[in-house]
Amino acid sequence: MTGTGVGASVKRKEDQRFITGKGQYTDDINLKDQTYAYFVRSPHAHATIKSINTKKAAAMPGVLGVFTGEHVKEDKIGGLICGWAITSKDGSGMKAGPHPILADGKVRYVGDHVAVVVAETKEQAKAAAALVDVKYAPLAHNVDAAKAMSTKAQVHDVAADNRVYNWSIGDEGNTAAAFKNAAHVTKLDIVNNRLIPNAMEPRAAIGSYDTGMEAYTLYTTSQNPHVARLVISAFHGLCPEHKLRVIAPDVGGGFGSKIFIYAEEVVCVWVSKRVGGRPVKWTAERTESFLADAHGRDHVTKAELATDSSGRITGLRVHTTASMGAYLSTFSSCVPTYLYATLLSGQYNIPNIYAEVDAVYTNTAPVDAYRGAGRPEATYVVERLVETAARELKMDPAEFRRKNFVTQFPHQTPVIMCYDAGDYDASLVKAQEMADVKGFAARKAASAKNGKLRGLGYSAYIEACGIAPSAAIGSLGAGVGLWESAEVRVNPVGSVEILTGSHSHGQGHETTFAQLVSDRLGVDFNNVSVVHGDTDKVQFGMGTYGSRSGAVGMHAISKALDKIEAKAKKVAAAVMEASTDDVEFKNGTFTVKGTDKKMAFGEVALAAYVAHKFNSAEIEPGLKESAFHDPANFVFPAGVHICEVEIDPDTGVTEIANYTCVDDFGNLINPMIVEGQVQGGIVQGIGQALAEGCVYDESSGQLLTGSYMDYRMPRAADVPSFNLGFTCTPCPTNPMGMKGCGEAGAIGSPPAVINAVTDALGIREIAMPATPQVVWNAVQGLKKAAE
Amino acid sequence: MENFNYHRPSKVADAVKLMKKAKDGKYLAGGHTLVPTMKQGLATPTDIIDLSGLKNAGVKVGAKSVVIQAGTTHAAVAADKGVRKAIPGLAALAGGIGDPHVRHKGTIGGSLANNDPAADYPAACLALGATIHTNARKIPADKYFTGLFSTALKDDEIITAVEFPIPKKSGYAKFPNPASLYAMVGVYVVQDGKGAARVAVTGAGPGVFRQADMEVALSKSFKADALAGIAVKPRGLNSDIHGSAAYRAHLISVMARRALAAAK
Ligand SMILES: Cc1cc2nc3c(=O)[nH]c(=O)nc-3n(C[C@H](O)[C@H](O)[C@H](O)COP(=O)(O)OP(=O)(O)OC[C@H]3O[C@@H](n4cnc5c(N)ncnc54)[C@H](O)[C@@H]3O)c2cc1C
Repeated sequence: MTGTGVGASVKRKEDQRFITGKGQYTDDINLKDQTYAYFVRSPHAHATIKSINTKKAAAMPGVLGVFTGEHVKEDKIGGLICGWAITSKDGSGMKAGPHPILADGKVRYVGDHVAVVVAETKEQAKAAAALVDVKYAPLAHNVDAAKAMSTKAQVHDVAADNRVYNWSIGDEGNTAAAFKNAAHVTKLDIVNNRLIPNAMEPRAAIGSYDTGMEAYTLYTTSQNPHVARLVISAFHGLCPEHKLRVIAPDVGGGFGSKIFIYAEEVVCVWVSKRVGGRPVKWTAERTESFLADAHGRDHVTKAELATDSSGRITGLRVHTTASMGAYLSTFSSCVPTYLYATLLSGQYNIPNIYAEVDAVYTNTAPVDAYRGAGRPEATYVVERLVETAARELKMDPAEFRRKNFVTQFPHQTPVIMCYDAGDYDASLVKAQEMADVKGFAARKAASAKNGKLRGLGYSAYIEACGIAPSAAIGSLGAGVGLWESAEVRVNPVGSVEILTGSHSHGQGHETTFAQLVSDRLGVDFNNVSVVHGDTDKVQFGMGTYGSRSGAVGMHAISKALDKIEAKAKKVAAAVMEASTDDVEFKNGTFTVKGTDKKMAFGEVALAAYVAHKFNSAEIEPGLKESAFHDPANFVFPAGVHICEVEIDPDTGVTEIANYTCVDDFGNLINPMIVEGQVQGGIVQGIGQALAEGCVYDESSGQLLTGSYMDYRMPRAADVPSFNLGFTCTPCPTNPMGMKGCGEAGAIGSPPAVINAVTDALGIREIAMPATPQVVWNAVQGLKKAAE
Repeated sequence: MENFNYHRPSKVADAVKLMKKAKDGKYLAGGHTLVPTMKQGLATPTDIIDLSGLKNAGVKVGAKSVVIQAGTTHAAVAADKGVRKAIPGLAALAGGIGDPHVRHKGTIGGSLANNDPAADYPAACLALGATIHTNARKIPADKYFTGLFSTALKDDEIITAVEFPIPKKSGYAKFPNPASLYAMVGVYVVQDGKGAARVAVTGAGPGVFRQADMEVALSKSFKADALAGIAVKPRGLNSDIHGSAAYRAHLISVMARRALAAAK
């Protein structure tokens, strides 16, 4: 390990730019002759549009155009798509309702995009938008996933019972038999609360049409600009791919919410042509982020765990109703299915698993992948069940887990996944030591003396990330392959540019990717730059989500580096008049075996471009290679969280007293960045467990948590200093031996917190978010029961 | 936000004149209530009359009272040595408002003019029996707070200062709304020189109010034990996604006990 190589905690290159306000986000970009878009949004949860009168708005100063669904139809602009086809148990396809980029006769949630005003200034666009006169006839609405299949409010014509699909996985019969023969069955009703993503940078887009080149450019806040280009050209039918350039400059957080292709960005690029090719810019106001970013989670689940008389798990059965919101967002359908139910085996040997999922429409914002996407929901089900079962069986929760851990690898679960490597007990042992579990009883007694209730909760999570083998996901209905591409350009002076299809929205790729290159080529870390986020520069890429940029994106870079090394060896051999087989490369220097001949990497790069010293018929000049990498398997990070809480029964306030987390991410490229990812993830998970909850009003369908005055984000003061540790079983399917770390914190933490809260209160269940009011209610329940 | 005319007078009389002339004028202090409401389109004043030109920030601590100029920020009150010594509960209250941004911009005048039912200062004013000084008159706190976001102020009236009598002891405890950090329940307890107690509650109801049963009990004994038999009734209290009326009623008792424990 060098000071800046793989394994070093190098400070992030990009942070200087970000913390001094020099980042270039979409909203920082202003193009010549730029205009501004403002969207007219539905004030109703569900309504028929009787009429739209745009006359007054169009006559307002500065207004260049007011566009509605009629114009969309005129220009034959296709609707938004969902890119993963899920097949129901009965063989029928999923029921995808139309999702036009501007409403076509109906609105289906508060915030739905109805019309757009384009004007010279933002203020003019906004003022005119207020004068677009839309006459609505409200329809019955439903915002509750649990009621979706019984409500009168039908969201889409294609889905009579609001059911998008009824999907299952696992063996129903064998699982039923396991429950029949069980010595003990643990049952839980679980709600995985709906969350609003809250990226620091709101979504934004600038669309522009070049009338000379007859080509479009879209600047957008995207985690995957190439996918945006593909979808906008192939499905919205705007233009062929080579006539659309998509640029995602610096992106200020996404947590998944910027994976998807949204109406607003398509509208901006489409209407640019309508206003004579002038660029059209839209930046979401924070209220729009709350209303119209794709939300996360929103599952209602019945879960059961069967155990035999010795405390071994024999079966797990789950029924989940998952809200999709009012429309199917880009990847929404795969979240409560293949990203969720395939993880229901957790870290355990469970011979029989059966899960059934009903995905339903509700009159709410679309729901899609949000940090962890399906895996937090699965982990919550498994870890709440396991903890509760242990308590019911009067077994120590850690011992119960240990007894059921998978210990042999590879391990094929009954739900598709094949775990490749892991040592779950090692993480548990280490976490227990770091958390001083032995001292817990004394700490609990001390809390009790102060009138406080202390509890301890475990969560042993596993997740599958680094998505994903293309053929495998293709067989499951995915519309795309999930490989990644990379290009390594060595300049004649020996500096290196990495062009990658991954896209950082906070992960620090400019640093970690440079570490890999620096390590492999012996090039100074500062002489490596990363180019991403522009479809004109990077040939193709699938983007960043599902903790895939390390395991998949860097693997592609690594492959391209192999090719660079092979080519450079040929050049070095020619220059040093040796056989290529005798050339060795180490620490940035090429040597010839058995001689003292040597060349630095930079000299070889220059020789490759000068091309005087070799036969160009045999060796092509230049030093540039590219690679596409399709992973052989998912990667399986796993670990143990131990949360200790202290509850004030007088107020219901829960304080996180200690938090320990031990992760196995395989080999780490930059431990500091990994710790940052873990900390951020845990805070998000604590937020979900104790604070965050998206609430729609049942009777009006309005979003009650539409601003920070009501949506409670976790704050720095809410969390302690975390105890973080690592164990390592290298991943066998990539040469770096690495897994993914971007989502693990958010996946593992909610059940650890809730297990601790229920332990402190001595109760089985409590709803997330366990706000002070919710906890106080539980305390009142206990008091009543005691009377 | 809509466009507006901006004025920055340097005399109170000029400010009032400008207000009288304006079609729909608004005084601006720290802007931490007014500006967000303008951004949301909930307020669309034609004229903004910025009071910062009046340079009316500062604190005067006398033998019997503390006078705080209307333009004094929450942070300045919290840090003021005189206030911390004379009425420590008031300084602590100011130091617990919102977050650092809010405390360095928001002012006592703005807070009292706005009279948000979840604001902190109204509890201190009512419990301490403060007097609100305006350009035209002096209004006792008991007459000043008239309900949800409403006060005894006339449309063009300007708060110039707030005068707090120095009590024997006082203390404040607040249960913050988890999201906004405003008071979900805040209780300010006061024992005056003669031993009489006053208790004011904010956040829990549609406006700040006095808790009479607690005042009676604490006038006999200014200790948490004195509150033992008092159960606050939820009727008339606020109920929202953060807290039911029953929860708020319970918190009034808990915060009253904590305020007493903190009283100095
Ligand atoms: C995120 C956030 C959190 C907050 N948390 C809290 C909290 O925990 N507790 C709390 O108490 N408050 C809280 N506040 C409110 C904050 O204290 C405000 O600053 C205060 O309520 C208003 O003061 P201001 O100086 O900003 O007034 P402005 O917003 O400028 O004005 C408010 C109103 O008062 C009028 N006004 C201002 N000054 C005068 C005057 N001298 N005479 C007559 N009328 C006047 C204005 O015309 C306007 O109608 C919070 C605010 C924010 C944004």
